[in-house]
Amino acid sequence: MTDSGRPPDIARIIRVFEAIPHARELGMHVIELRHGHGFMRLPYDARFIGNPKTGVLHGGVVTSFLDTLGGMVVMASVADGTPLATLDLRIDYLHPARPGSDIFGSAECYKVTDSVAFVRGLAYHETFRDPIANCTATFMLGATGFTGKTDTPGPPSGGGQPC
Amino acid sequence: MLETITTLKKKGDIAALNSLVPYAGAVGLEAFVDDTGLVTVLRHRDSNVGNTQIPAVHGGVVGALLEHAAILHLLAETEVAVVPRIVNLSVDYLRPCLATDTFARGRVIKQGRRVANVRVEAWQENPERPVAAAHAHFLLA
Repeated sequence: MTDSGRPPDIARIIRVFEAIPHARELGMHVIELRHGHGFMRLPYDARFIGNPKTGVLHGGVVTSFLDTLGGMVVMASVADGTPLATLDLRIDYLHPARPGSDIFGSAECYKVTDSVAFVRGLAYHETFRDPIANCTATFMLGATGFTGKTDTPGPPSGGGQPC
Repeated sequence: MLETITTLKKKGDIAALNSLVPYAGAVGLEAFVDDTGLVTVLRHRDSNVGNTQIPAVHGGVVGALLEHAAILHLLAETEVAVVPRIVNLSVDYLRPCLATDTFARGRVIKQGRRVANVRVEAWQENPERPVAAAHAHFLLA
């Protein structure tokens, strides 16, 4: 997938994504990241309840979780320093998240072109057989996206069109 | 809860309804009514940032705004008697959502007996230049 440019720096990507202000706010933790695939955990936190009657977390928590996980997996699948931005994200809510339980997420970047990376992901409790939400997302590569680097983002070394 | 919702709906007090949701307070979601209907607002908070380089609001929080706006819109402007349950949400990210307040307005495309289809757009300075748009399905029964 990374035909040109330097390979992704997995340790740096984990640091960068765990340091995203909203990822920190929600308490996201990277369990594992490798080229094309990643796992994260999200602790239950009563501050983010969406339904006060049931204690179920707001759907926005799951959306933020899967968007973050998807972006991280893309960054681990393209040349180091390639900027990325979410183009679209679809979430199917399969079952309400269980109040009090951690949420786990698994995502896979299954195709990368010059301009776009394609991702599918799942949020679940403990096993894939206990799913909460499924997502498919696409990310634009290049242009004014997120690199997680503090220096000024230049053109992506792996190619890509401005969006 | 349902009684509270029904009472608040009768009074048209969506802001009070919104304040019952802990997540809304945590990320800064508010609601008000203008000449053309309900507007949901995401107040800017540094803890909502997803991209510190621009800086820009996290795409997930933008998605949350759109989902929240769709639910409040259904509660405020339709005759649904229960809290709509979301089935799915599809978000298109159109422009960077910068570190300032973001507004959203919903529109019911179709309301059936069991399912509603809602479109939502979010904008910052100019409603003609949306930063994100979504469509979502909700179960009403």
